[in-house]
Amino acid sequence: MAQISLNNLAHSYYPNPKEQSDFALKQIDYDWQDGGAYALLGPSGCGKTTLLNLISGLLSPSTGEILFDKTDVTGLSTEQRNIAQVFQFPVIYDTMTVEQNLAFPLANRGVQKSEIDKRVSDMLMTLGLQEKAKRRARGLSADEKQKISLGRGLVRYDVNAILFDEPLTVIDPHMKWQLRTKLKELHKQFGNTMIYVTHDQTEALTFADKVVVMYDGEVVQIGTPEELFEQPAHTFVGYFIGSPGMNILPVDVSGNLARLGDHQIHLNKSYSNLDGKIELGVRPEFVRIVDKAQNLTSAIPLSIVAVEDIGRSKIVRGEINGVSINALVAEDANIPLEAFVEFDVDRICIYNDAHLVEGSF
Amino acid sequence: MDKPVNNKAWFFVLPVFFLVAISAIIPLMTVVNYSVQDTFGNNQFFWAGTEWFKEILHSERFHSALVRNLIFSFIILLIEIPLGIVVALSMPRKGFWVPVCLILMALPLLIPWNVVGTIWQIFGRADIGLLGNTLVGLGVNYNYATNWFDAWATIILMDVWHWTSLVVLLCYAGLVSIPEAYYQAARIDGASKWKVFRYIQLPKLHRVLLIAVLLRFMDSFMIYTEPFVLTGGGPGNSTTFLSIDLVKTAIGQFDLGPAAAMSIIYFLIILLLSWVFFTVMTHYGADNNKTESGHDS
Repeated sequence: MAQISLNNLAHSYYPNPKEQSDFALKQIDYDWQDGGAYALLGPSGCGKTTLLNLISGLLSPSTGEILFDKTDVTGLSTEQRNIAQVFQFPVIYDTMTVEQNLAFPLANRGVQKSEIDKRVSDMLMTLGLQEKAKRRARGLSADEKQKISLGRGLVRYDVNAILFDEPLTVIDPHMKWQLRTKLKELHKQFGNTMIYVTHDQTEALTFADKVVVMYDGEVVQIGTPEELFEQPAHTFVGYFIGSPGMNILPVDVSGNLARLGDHQIHLNKSYSNLDGKIELGVRPEFVRIVDKAQNLTSAIPLSIVAVEDIGRSKIVRGEINGVSINALVAEDANIPLEAFVEFDVDRICIYNDAHLVEGSF
Repeated sequence: MDKPVNNKAWFFVLPVFFLVAISAIIPLMTVVNYSVQDTFGNNQFFWAGTEWFKEILHSERFHSALVRNLIFSFIILLIEIPLGIVVALSMPRKGFWVPVCLILMALPLLIPWNVVGTIWQIFGRADIGLLGNTLVGLGVNYNYATNWFDAWATIILMDVWHWTSLVVLLCYAGLVSIPEAYYQAARIDGASKWKVFRYIQLPKLHRVLLIAVLLRFMDSFMIYTEPFVLTGGGPGNSTTFLSIDLVKTAIGQFDLGPAAAMSIIYFLIILLLSWVFFTVMTHYGADNNKTESGHDS
């Protein structure tokens, strides 16, 4: 087990990268704490898998270095790094039985027979595959195969880290829940550093202590699920995390006043020296729908486009000056015909060129 | 199943039926016709029943040609299949050398068979051939025209040169279709090169190897042109394989009845052995659990 440090790490699939856009992974500096459960979250093609393969040594970086507990491992092979990795699609050894598949990574490392037997039977129990232990792996269903892939990663207790590359893509929804719980349990039991790549925010938020959000080859925010929700550092994070995502409105800000067309929004902090593209972000949870009768000065008229009932709450979809905006309201809330919206001032974030700016009181 | 049944669709099969009838069934039936009759010329035929079949099956000459041919095919498979795998494994997977290697590999396959025979006939000649003359110069008493061992060695070498490429190309196609994730997983699992071959590459090559073994068996068992050009079946009868023997009987001696009976026996042997190979190789490594055999990836 080890702390994994990335120093100036970047990777390009081109032999001679020139521009910033040639890089699949733009520069990253980060320390993954020993024993942490991390999720790497981001849309397809944002560089998540590249980062994972760099850590495991399947790829070698264009620039920068990787340290395990202060030891430089950049030049070491995958085998020498002692990392377990589980891939998106199940990889099994066709001609071996389930048992032999699980024993394979241990046998290759010269673990003693008695120890192998013990760990394999433990793992079969954990995965619920005891009855199929003697069967050939290739006749199994896709999720059983993926369980074997997971198992091959998890039988090695002494690894520096376990990396998961969207491991639950092919698994049935009810099994997903079960396996994710299992992973959490194993994490508590063995305390391995785990890095879990996914594009599913629910998976990321339930699995991880810390979520690393990536966008277009860049790490845009690293934080706890709460931080990602309350203080998205980048408009992409605001938009990507949460359902529906954060409302992003183009505004002009001077001091503590934001102007959205003819409308004014008072902010509780003041911002100065902003130039570039200024946007105001507010989560649908913090948008209130009010009646004209309340006649609040801060309220902005909203033209409602649709109301969707999603069970315990409703999503009100509307527009202000042609910019769409969503509000999440209680299921029994009354939606007035002539509606106005009001933002929770404490929950407003201001973005300059997509990056969060801190105001001053 | 309540799909509408329309038997008119059978009419679409008719053209194929006619083609197969003209190209295969009718010639085969002519052979069957010859095999049960005897003639003394003048296009007069007499019923002979199973006489020719009995004669062929008890013929020493047929037995020795059959054994010779089986040994030949066995040696060919033993050399060409492993060699093909090894060459395919060592070929590059990407870059400039891929097309170069593929073209080099395909070249022997593009040469007409009698030309291959002629090339090796000259190449192996002790007086003027590069191979033969070099060997003789090195003090080896090499002469494929007089020594049966030299004749066999030359024919086997020629066949390996001519046909290993087919095995290589089939295996190469099988190897490049293995997803990268398998190799990555093997590296994560700490598998050695041998284990990668044994547990990933070989199982994934299973199907192409089945085709390679079948094709190489059938072709080597039916080999005619190259040894005919090179040695003409000699020295003595040492390289007289079944096909050469058959042609000698049919066209050399004009024994149409025995030749026809021999053709049919020959055909049935190939059919039987191919079926045995196919059955053994498709059942080898098949699942014990029949219920989920559909999930074969």
